[in-house]
Amino acid sequence: MIPVQFDYLAPTSVEEALAALAEHGDDAKVIAGGQSLLPVLRMRLNAPEVVIDLGGIAELRGIREDGDSLVIGAMTTHHDVLNDALVKEHALLLVRAEHQLADAQIRHRGTFGGALAHADPAGDLGAPALALGAEFVIAGPGGSRTVAADDFFVDLFETAIAEGELLTGIRVPKHTGWGAHYEKFVRVAHQWPIVAVAAAVKVDGGTISEARVGLTNMGSTPIRARAVEEALVGQPATEDAVRTAAALATEGTNPPSDLNGAADYRSHLAQVLTRRAVLAAAGA
Amino acid sequence: MARIELTVDGAKVSDDVEPRMLLVQYLREKLGKTGTVIGCDTSNCGACTVHLDGRSVKSCNVLAVQANGREVTTIEGLADGDQLHPVQEAFRECHGLQCGFCTPGMIMQAVDLLGENPSPTEAEVREGMEGNLCRCTGYHNIVKSVLHAAGGAK
Ligand SMILES: Cc1cc2nc3c(=O)[nH]c(=O)nc-3n(C[C@H](O)[C@H](O)[C@H](O)COP(=O)(O)OP(=O)(O)OC[C@H]3O[C@@H](n4cnc5c(N)ncnc54)[C@H](O)[C@@H]3O)c2cc1C
Ligand code: FES
Ligand code: FES
Repeated sequence: MIPVQFDYLAPTSVEEALAALAEHGDDAKVIAGGQSLLPVLRMRLNAPEVVIDLGGIAELRGIREDGDSLVIGAMTTHHDVLNDALVKEHALLLVRAEHQLADAQIRHRGTFGGALAHADPAGDLGAPALALGAEFVIAGPGGSRTVAADDFFVDLFETAIAEGELLTGIRVPKHTGWGAHYEKFVRVAHQWPIVAVAAAVKVDGGTISEARVGLTNMGSTPIRARAVEEALVGQPATEDAVRTAAALATEGTNPPSDLNGAADYRSHLAQVLTRRAVLAAAGA
Repeated sequence: MARIELTVDGAKVSDDVEPRMLLVQYLREKLGKTGTVIGCDTSNCGACTVHLDGRSVKSCNVLAVQANGREVTTIEGLADGDQLHPVQEAFRECHGLQCGFCTPGMIMQAVDLLGENPSPTEAEVREGMEGNLCRCTGYHNIVKSVLHAAGGAK
């Protein structure tokens, strides 16, 4: 229940936080909303000597427009992303996913950047970020770099963020006017999905002209269902056409087997949930 | 030790705490505010729900140092003297509890929910309260209580 002792630092700028990380190396852990880290520390699965709190860094919070993209500060809470007018207009898929993430209390504390940095394969934001082609802005001792979503998720709980670096923001290309849906399959309320599917589609006159599909918990990282995307383009937004494309959802996946479901069950779910997600996104 | 200063239920408090101390521990063990309870080890049950700067959080999943400089409201700060908060009143009126263990968290979450959405549908209440577990009531009367509070004296 109680974490082991640690020292606590509360920097007020990214620069200060990076300096603290440089000084303490792998003895340190940053805390964002703490909604994933604190349970880990309380179960004593990790015991950093220093905890660096990003909560006091104002520049990491907020959502702004930058040309064809939105930039979401890493420390923006789930609640603020869920209720943001810009996100609703230009990246509806994120609203759909945030709506189903955890519960109200967790969404008030947990952050958009923290969830993506945590990289839980069952986390609800990886697949939508991947589907929308998000870019990750990472600051380090040598300055800032940008990593494409395809390169950000490396493995279970592992991202392109290196030791001594911080995720500062997520750049999400605008998908204005796209339909979106996040279809999440859970066994109990407010929990991580067994499998979930993030879909965004552009429909012109009843025909799907563009499609983005991301899968949650079908491998050690979120997976982009490119075969489904390609099969959808040019098709009518009908049950039959979408069903045929959705059958390709297992291509390139490597689903885990665990207490919540065996791999073949997850593969079945991926196809069913992809059909539902795409149809809902298309408004069909 | 870290120095913290915050407002709890309207009163200014300051203390030296270990950085690892959880907010719920601080409230219960240092301030004696045992109205806020601990029901689980996994941040699932919501029994420990309090408001941090006006929004509901699970106080077992927040460090006391993270509340430094901020305002905390617990179930003990809800009533106005002898005058119960309308949501407390509604839970009494509608039998929204049996053993009562989940109730402080239920009420704090219901107050947050009604602050954001003053006239929720039944479905919105069930969804807005999904982070709070009850082992006794089957939720029905809890939902009724929240809807009753939303509808005022109806
Ligand atoms: C009861 C419960 C239910 C939940 N249900 C769901 C769910 O259904 N779906 C879901 O997706 N999630 C769920 N979560 C997790 C939630 O989304 C967390 O908010 C999120 O995973 C972590 O965000 P955080 O801001 O709390 O990060 P923290 O817990 O503070 O940090 C998580 C990890 O990321 C690192 N980190 C954080 N920010 C940065 C940064 N800017 N740069 C570099 N590293 C960083 C930390 O060092 C840590 O290792 C749940 C959590 C709980 C307690
Ligand atoms: S005690 Fe905090 S959620 Fe259960
Ligand atoms: S009344 Fe007993 S747990 Fe809810």
